[in-house]
Amino acid sequence: MEDMLFYDRLQFAFTITFHYIFPQLTMGLSLLVVYYKWRYLRSNIEKYNNAAKFLMKIFAINFTMGVVTGIPMEFQFGTNWAKFSELTGGIIGQTLAMEGMFSFFLESSFLALFIFGEKLMGQKLHFLTGFLVFLGSWASGWFILATNAWMQHPVGHEILENGTYVLANFSELFTNPWLLPAFLHNQMASVVTSSFVVASIGAFYVLRNKQTEYGRLFLKTGVIFGLISSVLVAFPTGDWNAKNVAKHQPAAFAAMEGIFETEEAGAEIVLIGQPNMVDKKLDNKIAVPNILSFLTYQEWDKQVPGMDQFKEEELPDNIPALYYSYHIMVGLGTVFIGVMALALFFLWRKNLHKMKPLLWFIMFLVPFPYIANLTGWYTAELGRQPYLVYGLLKTSEGVSPTVSSGNTLFTLLGFVALYMLLGLLFLVLVGKTIHQGPTPQKH
Amino acid sequence: MEIVWYIIIGVVLAMFFVLDGYDFGTGIIHLFYAKKEKDKEVIAKSAGLFWDSNEVWLVAAGGMLFMAFPTFYASVFSGFYLPLIIVLWLIIFRAIGLEFRGQFNYQMWKDIWDKSFGVSSLLLALFFGIALGNIVRGVNLGIVDTGVSTQEPHYFFLPLWDSSFSPLSDHPGVIDWFTLIIGFIAVVTLAIHGANWVILKTNSSINKKLKGVIFKLNIVLTALTVFSLVVWQIVNPNSLNNFIDKPFLMVFPVIYLTGLIGLFFIKKIKKDVHAFALSTMLILGGITSSLASMFPVILPSVNDTNPSLTIYNTAASEYGLSVAMYWGVIGIILIIIYMIIQKRLMAGKVDKMDYGH
Ligand code: HDD
Ligand code: HEM
Ligand code: HEM
Repeated sequence: MEDMLFYDRLQFAFTITFHYIFPQLTMGLSLLVVYYKWRYLRSNIEKYNNAAKFLMKIFAINFTMGVVTGIPMEFQFGTNWAKFSELTGGIIGQTLAMEGMFSFFLESSFLALFIFGEKLMGQKLHFLTGFLVFLGSWASGWFILATNAWMQHPVGHEILENGTYVLANFSELFTNPWLLPAFLHNQMASVVTSSFVVASIGAFYVLRNKQTEYGRLFLKTGVIFGLISSVLVAFPTGDWNAKNVAKHQPAAFAAMEGIFETEEAGAEIVLIGQPNMVDKKLDNKIAVPNILSFLTYQEWDKQVPGMDQFKEEELPDNIPALYYSYHIMVGLGTVFIGVMALALFFLWRKNLHKMKPLLWFIMFLVPFPYIANLTGWYTAELGRQPYLVYGLLKTSEGVSPTVSSGNTLFTLLGFVALYMLLGLLFLVLVGKTIHQGPTPQKH
Repeated sequence: MEIVWYIIIGVVLAMFFVLDGYDFGTGIIHLFYAKKEKDKEVIAKSAGLFWDSNEVWLVAAGGMLFMAFPTFYASVFSGFYLPLIIVLWLIIFRAIGLEFRGQFNYQMWKDIWDKSFGVSSLLLALFFGIALGNIVRGVNLGIVDTGVSTQEPHYFFLPLWDSSFSPLSDHPGVIDWFTLIIGFIAVVTLAIHGANWVILKTNSSINKKLKGVIFKLNIVLTALTVFSLVVWQIVNPNSLNNFIDKPFLMVFPVIYLTGLIGLFFIKKIKKDVHAFALSTMLILGGITSSLASMFPVILPSVNDTNPSLTIYNTAASEYGLSVAMYWGVIGIILIIIYMIIQKRLMAGKVDKMDYGH
């Protein structure tokens, strides 16, 4: 039983991590495609149209990967988490089915039209198809986050005697106080990823002295969108999420922030430190007093409950991983704001394209927004432990009763092997597309 | 409400098999009949342009099943764990085969992805047929051993096969001779359907030949159909009761038969669309007849201890099912609109269409 839970969790964590590499780029990138297409409509400068179509090519490769890795996600609820599906399907089935009906159909139909139909449709309609792709991918994020919000903060349901969760109020699923902050934060984070990717392609072209016209365009767009979204990710959306966690999941909050002992007169904010689970304290701590109380409650000396206030079985089961994930996300977010602000300064002085070291830095920064996004999700998911539905259903009660750990291990290994291959193909194709660049191909 | 959702999900699933069915079939045709590079390319294209918008029907069907019949979803997905995960892997292989073949112009690269597309299409068709076979045959619900359930009554787990290889064993596996026959039927049906699609959407040089292929496959299909009807009676002696009680259900087998008979005249049919419509009828008729013969059961139990799963004992709450109707109707209308727009813009033969480069 223990083993089985472990492999199921490992498999879910692996497949969702791999899946989420792709949608975070597509959601953000579709916004940039719409932006370029809009600039083209207004100015009629061919450059913008080529840039839009180029980004849509990268989008399309990502989209395919998102689709093929997303289908296993949906199936896994039934295969590996059958008990959870049986009990809560009447609720999260609603939001997941709506995602399928409204967003995937929208996205995939209009993506095909955007790519193949420019000549047939004319520019205004072409813009519209791009916009609908954007709408579809953001709606997808909305419904997925509504699903996750219910797991983090269940609302609008009733629990029957046999343990089944039935829907009592449909609209509460979408007015869930967890949903809007999580959605806005997550979408901004995906704009961060796409801006950094675009800026990095720009830096690459400028450094290589090829496609420099597009290089500069991408740098400019990437830096401007990158700075705006990096700021929005931290404030107000990140802050808003943190307040939500403090309010609705206080045990998770204590673990995220690394507060082992409650302080009477206001909590300090930990900048650096390593959780020591044996002595229940942070080693090598650097902290600033009272800031956390202020950030959370706007009162310098308000008490923030520490982990000592909770029973062992209410605390997340992997506190160090949770603590590190959270601090990596926040730390990277701070670095992003700094880098992009610096780049914007040089952009404004019109010499960003000459700042070789900064361009190299931007180019190699690409993995980090992905890491920030993934560690953000680890924070949310590890913080929810030991519950699958917060406060109500334990993770250990959600697994499939008849699937043995050997089977899960076998399929996990299969997914690892297959995804390695997919990842390799993906890199080759994106590399090829970037290499070819946005200038129109001659047939 | 349960019945309404049963019908909606049935229709969405049938749409999936009709639409993705032609691109599975295209893969089978590609594997066996496409020899020249030019043909290989257009045939792959005739599937490649459409597969992802077809596959969304699978996602939609999965989501709706989850929402409307959560107990069934949980039971079937965990019980058929291994074959389902294998199906997922095959879907991935197929998709990357289609998407990546045209990306580089090396013969070996293309050959690899062609095979990946063809073989996984073939196996998927086989697996989908086997799945249908399992659903009509039933499973050992509650994993009953000598009269005692070892699990809750709606859970089970099937190995890929069982040493007896027989549908009549107490612990049937996923693959036995009965489900295998249904699997072959699915492969032949989808191959016919795919061949019709290739004829309809491309100017490949094998179009003429494919008509002959369809004719021959149709003979095989007729033989398999008759044979399966006989063994069906052995596996599930009650399978005709519904048709006797409610004679109007006979329209479904009649749809199937019309398709089957019509396709014998394939060489005389002038309009390719008509031939495609006939193979569509085969698929629709086949699926609806199987569902109608079982109704309201959706997964029969092969033991006497635990009852079969029906749409009534696996459904979500009444309230949930009724709110979902509101967005469901809006969703379906939107989907139909998207489909019309897309089909109009992508009408005609695909040979000249630009794909992915
Ligand atoms: C580029 C990515 C990125 C960056 C720089 C940040 N985040 Fe974040 N964060 C995410 C990407 C992300 C995410 C992946 O999008 C999450 C996971 C769940 C969600 O809705 O968004 C998330 C969740 C998330 C949560 C919810 C955790 C839970 O549900 O238990 C909090 C409290 C924060 N973030 C706070 C912050 C703060 C204060 C940041 C300050 C800089 C910050 N995040 C930067
Ligand atoms: C709608 C969105 C999501 C839902 C419904 C969801 C649901 C789940 C479920 C059912 C589990 C398994 C049980 C558990 O260990 O808690 C899980 C675990 C996990 N999920 Fe999510 N997840 C979502 C999004 C994500 C994303 C986007 C990521 C990361 C990229 C993620 C990362 C993880 C990880 C790392 C685990 C393992 C946690 C552990 O082992 O303790 N999840 N999630
Ligand atoms: C456990 C959670 C998740 C499940 C079950 C899931 C399911 C799926 C499925 C089935 C697809 C393929 C859809 C198609 O056929 O077009 C997909 C793609 C997609 N998913 Fe996920 N997903 C999960 C997590 C997430 C998260 C957390 C997000 C973002 C917030 C997300 C955003 C998307 C997007 C935007 C697509 C469209 C394809 C793309 O743009 O790459 N998914 N997902």
